[in-house]
Amino acid sequence: MAKISYLQAIHQALDYEMGQDESVFVLGEDVGKKGGVFKVTAGLQEKYGELRCLDTPLAESNIVGTSIGAAMMGKRPVAEIQFADYILPATNQILSEAAKIRYRSNNDWNCPIVIRAPFGGGIHGALYHSQSVETLFTSTPGLKVVVPSTPADAKGLLISAIRDNDPVLFFEHKKAYRLLKEEVPEGDHTVPIGKADIKREGDDITVITYGLCVNYALQAAERLSKDGHEAEVLDLRTIYPLDKESIIKAASKTGKVLLVTEDNLEGSVISEVAAIIGENCLYDLDAPIMRLAGPDVPSMPYAPPMEDFFMVNPDKIEAKMKELAEH
Amino acid sequence: MEKVLMPKLGESVTEGTIEKWLVQPGDTVEEYDPICEVITDKVTAEVPSVYSGVVKELLVSEGETVEVGTSICMMETEDSSEPEKTDETDKVEKGQEEVPAEKEPAAQKSSNGRNKGRISPVVMRLAEENDIDLSTVSGSGFEGRITKKDILKTIENGPSEQKTQAEQTTSREEPPKTEGSTPSPAPAGQDKALAGEEIPVNGVRKAIANRMVQSSQEIPHAWLMMEVDATNLVNVRNSHKSDFKKQEGYNLTFFSFFVKAVAETLKDYPMLNSSWQGDKIVVNKDINVSIAVAGDDKLYVPVIRNADELSIKGIARQVSELAELGRKHKLTTAHMAGGTFTVNNTGAFGSVQSMGIINQPQAAILQVESIVKKPVIIDDMIAVRHMVNLCLSIDHRILDGLVAGQFLKAVKERIEAYSLEHTSIY
Repeated sequence: MAKISYLQAIHQALDYEMGQDESVFVLGEDVGKKGGVFKVTAGLQEKYGELRCLDTPLAESNIVGTSIGAAMMGKRPVAEIQFADYILPATNQILSEAAKIRYRSNNDWNCPIVIRAPFGGGIHGALYHSQSVETLFTSTPGLKVVVPSTPADAKGLLISAIRDNDPVLFFEHKKAYRLLKEEVPEGDHTVPIGKADIKREGDDITVITYGLCVNYALQAAERLSKDGHEAEVLDLRTIYPLDKESIIKAASKTGKVLLVTEDNLEGSVISEVAAIIGENCLYDLDAPIMRLAGPDVPSMPYAPPMEDFFMVNPDKIEAKMKELAEH
Repeated sequence: MEKVLMPKLGESVTEGTIEKWLVQPGDTVEEYDPICEVITDKVTAEVPSVYSGVVKELLVSEGETVEVGTSICMMETEDSSEPEKTDETDKVEKGQEEVPAEKEPAAQKSSNGRNKGRISPVVMRLAEENDIDLSTVSGSGFEGRITKKDILKTIENGPSEQKTQAEQTTSREEPPKTEGSTPSPAPAGQDKALAGEEIPVNGVRKAIANRMVQSSQEIPHAWLMMEVDATNLVNVRNSHKSDFKKQEGYNLTFFSFFVKAVAETLKDYPMLNSSWQGDKIVVNKDINVSIAVAGDDKLYVPVIRNADELSIKGIARQVSELAELGRKHKLTTAHMAGGTFTVNNTGAFGSVQSMGIINQPQAAILQVESIVKKPVIIDDMIAVRHMVNLCLSIDHRILDGLVAGQFLKAVKERIEAYSLEHTSIY
């Protein structure tokens, strides 16, 4: 196995699925000739032709609407929204149409689309290129929302998402694209949607998070280990619907839980995780549930010191972990 | 048979405690005869019978707290007819069932006060499942909190007390080797102070405790103190003192002058005379000054109504009467209701500085401290003056430092302006 980046892993997944299933096609802004602004889809148009790697107009509603129609006619479209921040014009298509097709057609129709979108900050992208938008979709039954934290998971989850018969939102942290590298299984590699994953074992505290924060939490856990505290790190992987069983198990194991997200704190995915723990684990808790998240301000600032203030990083996680371990 | 219900003794009162039964089963009672003493908040009131008849059964025992509207005793009246009996006994049984159900959790609460109440759910559960006395587990968490790991260690290794006991005995055995005649060490179990008399908390004490806890927990208290020159006040009071006592038959106290000054100043600072009502602040029109009156181990807070309309004499008279009633435990709900601001005479027992807890829902409490002779510098000369500290606690939700400071300064100016020429006590 070769060490490849998070971005290459996603490219591999697309390439593999397009190669083995003719109904899979990619569409989005600049995905074809340019190969995508991040080069995720580089070479796919050359390999599979213009009709399977479509450059679309700058109209997100159109990209998703087209995908929904194609999906209902038996295709497996993978739509790319260039930045997650631009997904808002498409939300009506996603929430009102894609999410509800199976339900309102009494199971006669379904909508096997994947919507990929790079999200997250820490890359000096400022207001419209740094946001975490996942909570827009994490309260709409009918959708699945996936956020991989490693190259191997990114490949395995994307292949599972393409093969899934319902709409899946696939959020890729753009800072992870070239930062994270690891050995990724070649060829057919799937990771189940809806299952969280223990990325590190420990018995002093439990950290539950997703996306790039998983990597940050693992770095912090290694440092904390030198102080004699071992952290369990649970990667949610699928943030909607949540894997309640794994959350309850991981929280109950240590009774001390730190929840981390890069998103704004209030109403975030970890708020729901906290509720699940509160409802199910009271008699196994050894400390108040602790949360670390972005501040409740409208968006990621551009100035580097302000961006650092907003972003979760290993230092901030380590400080919180220590506080919890010593509680 | 008729039921006598726990009456509603004042607005916002939802429960009352039977302090004392004045009748026993079998007693014949006329309508309006007092049957028991009930305590709510800081008030003790006698409950009059609503029927004439014979007391059959007391349903609530002394010291017990029940909700307003609960049956407290059964009476046989001449009007009551036999057929209803089955229905009534049914209800009596229900009433009795409720009693132990309420008592149990209260008893549990009192025994769980350890570890500042910060025993986490998992520690509590593991302790119970493994039959571990938490007082034998030493905590390694924040501020000595017992963590889950601590209790897991205890389950594995046995309680840490055995370890500490062993350590103690070995360390204690050492000294006798050098000094053979030292008295034998006390057994490890006697490390704790010997418990003395236990005083059950009920009645007025419990009501005071609840009110104080509620006030200190809910109200963000802020506190300030000003030193006031009371020399002129002392002169005025001393010049009238003996004549006043002769004419009126009660004392002209310093306290009355302070209450007068506060009542007048409250007119200019209505926010100090307001009350916190959750989502709004109500500015009270009447200036009703609560004063604290102690009687044995009890504390009463009767009210001088419309204190701003009274002369110093009028206030002195009310203070004297209310204090007398307090000493005899004859203050009623009516005496204590409706206060809008409290003035507390802490100086009476020699205090020179104190931080009062606000009598909610009032906005502030003013403590009048002892008047003490002190050297003071006036116009670069040292003079001996009668000085007094006024300590003001404010509800910071309602008031800020500025208005509180202005108010206290205005009270100070009023007190310093008392003079033989201009102050009339009538």
